[in-house]
Amino acid sequence: MNLKKETLVKKKGIGWNGMRLKDMLEQSEQLFRETKRYWGIEKLELREKDPIRYERIFSSLRGGLVNARETALNISASPIVKEIGELCFALYTPEGDSIVLSTGIIVHVHTMSDAIKYMIRNNYEENPGIRPGDIFSNNNSIIGDVHTADVHTIVPIFWEGELIGWAGGVTHEIDVGAVTPGSMAFGHEDRYGDGLLLSCEKAGENDEFYQSYLKKCADSVRAERYWLLDERTRLAGCHMIRDQVYRVIQEEGIETYKQFIREVIEEGRRSFKERVKEILFPGTYESPRFTDVPWKNDPTVSAKARRDLIMHAPLTLKVSADGELHMSFEGANKWGYHSFNCAPSPMQGALWVQLTQTLIPNDKINDGAYYATSLKLPYGSWCNPDYEKVSTTLSWHFLIPAFSGMIRSLARGYYARGYLEEISASFPMTGNILQGGGVNHFGVESAFTNFEMSSEGTGAMYFKDGEDCTAAMWNPEGDMGEAETWEVLEPLLYLGRSIKPMTSGPGKYCGGAGIETVRMLYRTKQQTLFNGLADGHVFGSAGIFGGYPGNAGYRHSLHGTNMKEIIAKQLPYPTHDGDPENSEVDRLVQARENVFDKIATAGPQLFEEYDIYVSVHRGGPGLGDVLERDPALVEADLNSGKLLPRYAESIYGVVAKQNDEGKWQVDHKRTAEKRKEMRLNRLKKAVPVKEFMKKERERILKRDFIEPVRDMYQSSMELSSEWREKFITFWNLPEDFEM
Amino acid sequence: MREYDLETLRQLKRGELPFEKVHEMQSSHKDRDRFLKMLAIAQESVPWNDRILLPYAEHLYVVEKPDKSRVVKCDCGYEFGDVKQNWKLSALVYVRDTKEKINEIYPDKMGCDPDWMHIREYICPGCGVLLETEAVPPGYPIVFDFQPDIDTFYEKWLNQPLSK
Repeated sequence: MNLKKETLVKKKGIGWNGMRLKDMLEQSEQLFRETKRYWGIEKLELREKDPIRYERIFSSLRGGLVNARETALNISASPIVKEIGELCFALYTPEGDSIVLSTGIIVHVHTMSDAIKYMIRNNYEENPGIRPGDIFSNNNSIIGDVHTADVHTIVPIFWEGELIGWAGGVTHEIDVGAVTPGSMAFGHEDRYGDGLLLSCEKAGENDEFYQSYLKKCADSVRAERYWLLDERTRLAGCHMIRDQVYRVIQEEGIETYKQFIREVIEEGRRSFKERVKEILFPGTYESPRFTDVPWKNDPTVSAKARRDLIMHAPLTLKVSADGELHMSFEGANKWGYHSFNCAPSPMQGALWVQLTQTLIPNDKINDGAYYATSLKLPYGSWCNPDYEKVSTTLSWHFLIPAFSGMIRSLARGYYARGYLEEISASFPMTGNILQGGGVNHFGVESAFTNFEMSSEGTGAMYFKDGEDCTAAMWNPEGDMGEAETWEVLEPLLYLGRSIKPMTSGPGKYCGGAGIETVRMLYRTKQQTLFNGLADGHVFGSAGIFGGYPGNAGYRHSLHGTNMKEIIAKQLPYPTHDGDPENSEVDRLVQARENVFDKIATAGPQLFEEYDIYVSVHRGGPGLGDVLERDPALVEADLNSGKLLPRYAESIYGVVAKQNDEGKWQVDHKRTAEKRKEMRLNRLKKAVPVKEFMKKERERILKRDFIEPVRDMYQSSMELSSEWREKFITFWNLPEDFEM
Repeated sequence: MREYDLETLRQLKRGELPFEKVHEMQSSHKDRDRFLKMLAIAQESVPWNDRILLPYAEHLYVVEKPDKSRVVKCDCGYEFGDVKQNWKLSALVYVRDTKEKINEIYPDKMGCDPDWMHIREYICPGCGVLLETEAVPPGYPIVFDFQPDIDTFYEKWLNQPLSK
């Protein structure tokens, strides 16, 4: 045994100058620890000596990656990849640090970095070996990924016998072979229900997938033809990147390439810090966020998962004197027997995707930014579970609200510096997500995940309302996809897709509105469907400077309907739900069972042909005092249907009447009077905060809260002495207080 | 270096700058003198003379008092106290903690459930403006949104140390 170990040590590595990859990674990390600079680089020699050449190399590589993405996505048949663009590619150093990336869902640029580093740390160089032409597959979030639905293909790039980097690509799959259909199935209690798991598995060699690998995947998932084409999509993209790297090396020489890839990361680190100092304000920012899992009485989820709970994400962001960004979730509560747990890798990926949409909105971003940031994720919490077999299929349910506070914190920094044009009230939850499966309209067992939730309303900006149904935080290319394309994949017809009233978060400037769709099962006997990625009892996001959150969600499903008769008799059918207090669906459709509640995230439910499924999406949060909203904007909201008439006065103090043509018109005089009255009423109705705190403290001492609220506080206090201290000090509670 | 004149920045603050111009601002390199110009615009817009050290949040500023203390102050003149203390503790608050109160803003089923979350509205006692909202579970500590490191900013980032 010892002899074997010695042999291994002496064997020449595949890294630079015969080094083993593990030693290269350790050396890189040690140099960073000692110098706080990537590979200890002091001077960006290549950049300083020949900046044009330096930028040309960058552009060549970047162009190669964008080209790889735009070309490869045409191989895919999945609307998620082809229409929505849920894929991305990146190029890495031998140690797994990203150099350049494509457009797309770049949250994965760092998750693939984690996967490569996992292979290096676990000595894949020896077993299973890393050779030219090898292919590795990964979708294990504990190693480096968000959830099983995102599958990585990672290809090593060699030059004259040395590993000079890695190409990586990721796509989101329609189904992953979980215990129930859909790419992000939930309701099960741990990872044994998460579906096919690929843990940095060697999936092929000589540029070909192993037959056995493809067979295993095809046998393990539903809708396997989409999966298999996506495998080829990612591999083709990786090979295009590899070819581009070869072209650059042929033009510039290998030594220049090696120098470039380290300098460009160090440049990324320095640029990031400079950018922070340019645009933010040093200090500490707090922006906690929450979402709900209301499953105590949900019979569709497994026994261990039947609990009501609130996710607690107490985000603190510190901007240091030297321009570094330190984020902490100290105080986050415990992981659970649900599928919304989140490993550190996706948390890091989410930080990444936020940075590319805020502080570094250009193409020159790489892991340099990673080296200028830190992320504290308490061990044992939902964002760093101490049990590796947790389910993570829908990590986004916690991750999205958790990071919404980051945008509001940055907004406060921009405000202090005067860069008002950068301010956003942040994004809302990204939901509802409709997914599921069963025997479809072609008579085959299949599955689907509808991605129209890529287009939620965006947050209000400082100078204008947010955009309607436009974006999702994790996919900057937001696109809801053509209804007709989804209907090819899903046995549910679109009865309507429209702007949902009252989704915009109110404020001086409102969030963009969300959509809603009404779907009817057609030409299928039965489907298992989910409601998800959705906040119901709480708001997953929040407003800023006096603005309110956008809407929370609800579930509205009709089982055993008379839709067949409505169609046969050509009677009016619902195209939207509209005002839930006067639902069009309820007015036009009769049903045996009408599920209409706040359980916006619900486990797998059975639907039959002609059943109705309403999908309610989110509007962005608002900014500023509602009484300062321009009455003309309120008038426009009324006429577009975004604002229900009864709220013009109760929210905005705007008095309006419909003219003979049915158009709303503001009465400016009465509006001014009404607003004056509302301001005075505010002062009368409100109480001093100290008075509120006194009463709230008494309530805390009595533990007068529902179970999920009590559990949230107790769990956060148990996991974090720091957060416990904060809670007890703030409310002046006894030292031994337990919730 | 890119620069904008004061009138352009005033229009930005008032929300009157055409979107194309704002978009150009968003896409361009940042103007390094923005902070000082926005400070001047803030100073000319308030009816009092305390020196503004930074715009803190909409309607709120951190100002330097004659005794060099730093307090959070509303544009109406109301003072919330030392910047190191959370200004919200000196505000008024209206809590939407019942279905009826929440339904003044959101239709039934589209707002939060008051048992799970309530909405706190922080109001300036001086002028009644709504300064911030919080949507948090009942019992949550009042959030201290922003604790600026003013000395570091002026000394190290702006190279204009404040006298103490």
